[in-house]
Amino acid sequence: MERDDIIEYSLHNHHSEEAGKKIRRKIWVVTAILTVVTGIEVAIGSIIHQDNPIWWVVKLLFIGLTLLKAGYIVLTFMHLGDERKVLKYFILIPYALFIIYLIFIALTEAMAVNHAWETYGG
Amino acid sequence: MAGHATTHVDSGSLWGGKVSPFSVSYGKLMMWFFLVSDALTFGGLLTAYGYTRHTTQSAWPIGEETFDSLPFLGHGFPLAYVALMTFILIVSSVTMVLAVEAGHRMDRRGVFKWMIATIIGGFFFLGSQAWEWSHFIHGTHFGSVELNDGSKAIVKGHFGEFQSFTVVEAGKHHKKGDVIKETPDELFHHFRTAVMHGQVKDNKITLHDGSVATWKREADHDMKLIVKTDGNDVALKTVKVIKGSEAEKLYWEALNTGDKSRITYGADLKSNEYGPVQYGQFFFFITGFHGFHVFSGVIINILIFMGVARGLYHKRGHYEMVEKTGLYWHFVDLVWVFVFTFFYLV
Repeated sequence: MERDDIIEYSLHNHHSEEAGKKIRRKIWVVTAILTVVTGIEVAIGSIIHQDNPIWWVVKLLFIGLTLLKAGYIVLTFMHLGDERKVLKYFILIPYALFIIYLIFIALTEAMAVNHAWETYGG
Repeated sequence: MAGHATTHVDSGSLWGGKVSPFSVSYGKLMMWFFLVSDALTFGGLLTAYGYTRHTTQSAWPIGEETFDSLPFLGHGFPLAYVALMTFILIVSSVTMVLAVEAGHRMDRRGVFKWMIATIIGGFFFLGSQAWEWSHFIHGTHFGSVELNDGSKAIVKGHFGEFQSFTVVEAGKHHKKGDVIKETPDELFHHFRTAVMHGQVKDNKITLHDGSVATWKREADHDMKLIVKTDGNDVALKTVKVIKGSEAEKLYWEALNTGDKSRITYGADLKSNEYGPVQYGQFFFFITGFHGFHVFSGVIINILIFMGVARGLYHKRGHYEMVEKTGLYWHFVDLVWVFVFTFFYLV
């Protein structure tokens, strides 16, 4: 069925054999990165525990590594890095803004509740 | 290249409103919109988890203490199993992206092959999660214990296996002097049930039929009682570890009071061996909701796979349906990355 009134965007994603080789290489590199990062996280997690004074550093590191993994998944596996920039930011920026706001407000409130319990008992 | 959509469209059709502002097809754009909304749901759930964790007064469980078991190998492997689950999901995400790549070359056999691999990976993950839930719900052989001073301790170590029960007071089925020999697991099951009903007291167990028995069992090894105090800003303030014979004395003292509230085995929505009860509730809800996504992802993958097998997309001239289901599947992996960090690592 041929329709000439719509643009078939789905076809634009087709690529050649050589381009495919390059893309597959990239996929395997990202796989290796994701696996290694997970391995590092588990190793650190089983060595340094939460009662350690440098735990806060480890926690920040974990969150950083998680965002790194998330970035690779979204930009490479989900091809968002290959889409038009306008689509990429249309998806990422509103989400990031909202979630940063939500985390800030929820954790600030949680700390306040925690202190209130401590002060006034429960 | 995927998405490098610079097409030469004449201005007539551009101005006629026939062009998508993002140069992607309607279906793909809507899949992205759906994923953003789903990501908001998961973001909200994980933030709620953080909120609850920060407001809770008692010490929050630590991933590597709570999840340290492997199937067939017992305990003592912190986070190994979750790492394996993560790896399974990453691999199935990779096979999915390879299927998408094969689709862009119109390589039907390639798509077929990688879709099968993805579906198998999905089933493996679901199976792993079922095992982990079952383990989380049943808990350890020791359970957690409330000590005489009122503090709550989680218990680590190797539980000495039961060998036999000897009846000292007759009940409906057993006579006095009967020696009950079953497998250690079966005997432990009776024991656990009795403890949960407050029927273990002063080294005697009241069995199901009303008879009272003493038990014979091997010694416990490497027992550790871990008592944690909550630190103000999230991390733990103090961790007290009681080891060896002192630990055994305190544990069995508490157990032999016959007070069923002193020992907690495993977790459900009302009690939790590992820490505050909210922890279990969030664990079930968030990993369950994620598992439900994996399950529906596997179903969608199977449906699309059938389309691939029938040659439907080949006839259509493009494999965009594979790409769209791929987006959903990668999203499931993406969520797991965050669940992994916030439930198991920090």
